[in-house]
Amino acid sequence: MKRKFTQLAVVSTLLASILTGCAGEGGSSSSAGGDTIKIGANLELSGGVASFGSSISKGIDLAVEEINKDGGVDGKDIEIIKVDNKSEGSEATSAAIRLTSKDKVTAIIGAATSGNTVAQAQIANDNKTILLTPSGTSPNVTVNEDGSVNEFAFRTSFIDPFQGTVAANFAANELKIKNVAIYADSSSDYAKGLAKSFKETFEAAGGKIVATEAYVTKDTDFRSTLTRIKSAKPDFIFIPGYYEEVGLIVKQAREMGIDVPLMGADGWDSPKLVELAGAEALNNTFITNHYSSEDPDEKIQTFVKNFSDKYDGASPDAFNALGYDSVYLLADAIERAGDLDTTKIKDALAETKDLALVSGNVTIDEQHNPIKSATILEYKDGKQVFNTKVNP
Amino acid sequence: MEWVQQIINGISLGSIYALIALGYTMVYGIIKLINFAHGDVFMVGSFIGFYSITAWGLGFFPALLLSMVACAAFGVLIERIAYKRLRNATRIAALITAIGVSLLIEYGVIYVRGAQPEAYPDVVPNISFNLFGAQISSQSILILSVSVILMIILQLIVHKTKIGKAMRAVSHDVDAAKLMGINVDNTISATFAIGSALAGAAGVIFGVYYTKIEPLMGVIPGLKAFVAAVLGGIGIIPGAMVGGLVLGVVETVVSGLGFSLWRDAAAFIILILILIFRPSGIFGKNTREKV
Repeated sequence: MKRKFTQLAVVSTLLASILTGCAGEGGSSSSAGGDTIKIGANLELSGGVASFGSSISKGIDLAVEEINKDGGVDGKDIEIIKVDNKSEGSEATSAAIRLTSKDKVTAIIGAATSGNTVAQAQIANDNKTILLTPSGTSPNVTVNEDGSVNEFAFRTSFIDPFQGTVAANFAANELKIKNVAIYADSSSDYAKGLAKSFKETFEAAGGKIVATEAYVTKDTDFRSTLTRIKSAKPDFIFIPGYYEEVGLIVKQAREMGIDVPLMGADGWDSPKLVELAGAEALNNTFITNHYSSEDPDEKIQTFVKNFSDKYDGASPDAFNALGYDSVYLLADAIERAGDLDTTKIKDALAETKDLALVSGNVTIDEQHNPIKSATILEYKDGKQVFNTKVNP
Repeated sequence: MEWVQQIINGISLGSIYALIALGYTMVYGIIKLINFAHGDVFMVGSFIGFYSITAWGLGFFPALLLSMVACAAFGVLIERIAYKRLRNATRIAALITAIGVSLLIEYGVIYVRGAQPEAYPDVVPNISFNLFGAQISSQSILILSVSVILMIILQLIVHKTKIGKAMRAVSHDVDAAKLMGINVDNTISATFAIGSALAGAAGVIFGVYYTKIEPLMGVIPGLKAFVAAVLGGIGIIPGAMVGGLVLGVVETVVSGLGFSLWRDAAAFIILILILIFRPSGIFGKNTREKV
């Protein structure tokens, strides 16, 4: 009985999507007759990664407020419709169905994680609705399994392997490093992707990988492998992974007298890292991240100021910035498309070039991934300090 | 000098395994039960140490003592509630109960405080110095000396005191011990108390040395200590010490050769090999098991 019901539901949503799809294509001018642009926000406002979703939501609110105050996009105000997907894939799917069929939004911003974004990709595509994830970094959000590009899916953040490339360029060009050891979490696709792209870029730049070692999530004893790395005498160690293990690796490495620079990516970015490793051990370590609130760039400082005015002096984090940027990225494309025909907006989005955003100047590539700068942060006495910005 | 360093790493790791393995081996020696909840007593000890340092501001040694006392009581409690009434049941029934108790403790702790990890505070000054080109931290030395001292105390208790004599007697022959007027129940409880106290000490040492503690941290060290106990000959106290140290060094050497992903596998391959070729362990005699 239940199964029949779901089948019925699926069929009816499909039907609805075909109907609205036709209507959208046939009468795009009539749907633009309203005086607001409806944008859905399908975010993790509760559940496991609620902190990501609510950060993005704050960023979105600030951007919408600013745009509407300046007269909106093409004279139309943006209207945000927020739906909580409870950090679950199935909820993300039903939220996307609601946004596309009931609210008839032009675009959906969300979700925060790659998995919850992929869960809505099919619905967005069928309904010809733009899907823009602020922070989903997995390559398969915009590229289907067969390698073709998912036409309506875009992202604001860079993808995982890009951080490895940036870290390698930073090590080779800024720190002038020749010999590097890589110590990666072999149980995570994220870390393996970063290690691979780091190795390729660094070797292409003329550097040498003197040791490649691996650990697995939940390990606690890294001393023996670190001893091995130490005897290979690297000038720099790249450690892609998440903060729980990295904190211990950094601590144990420093105890063993490994004082070379250590580097990782956004997986390090947690207050727990400082607790585990200790502030002193973290000196002379670097991470790549989406953005830093300490970046002296004028655009960023304006954003930081406006954000703290709106949210009682809070300092915006990377997710706040990505949510904020997502709205501007979309607004820019809608303005260039000229009307609310989503096919035109999608083409305009794909043609985005050198758009100045808080998290860098964005150019969208043919796989719908932004090419933009990454920020390098350095830990100094347990605090993240802006170091430099690296362009791709 | 890489190898000097690796041996030091291995001995530090091995002495933690040895402390946990002692509890396994003592309990097995006396009631022939593999107490799978032992790794979780180790975890509880680690958390007791953590809270007494962070919440009450105790130093390392008071925290260590408090954790040992609390774990001893906890061990006796487990024995009295879960194992005592199964003393005449089949060994498989007791084994299954032990696994049940283990899960109960793990998820009980998660229920009370959540699954998130904690970072152990630096209670021991951490100074590194050079020995033959190897870096030794003051923490490693402290761990080693505490472990060695505890093992010596254990040997003294087992061989020089009345309760130690009773323990040896009970493990040799329960019925004969009873006939000689030994209180078997109290002796078994004492065994649990001593074994659990050692696990509690290992928990605090582990926290200081490896920083991160979490409710499921006892599972893998518990299994490794079990391997160490079997390696040395289960039921034999010096065997557990040697087994723990050997296992720690072997794991470190495997990582040191560049096979870090094979480290856990190496421990369990040792278990399989020992069970096939020398089931009574390094120190075991092939005839029958003794303490």
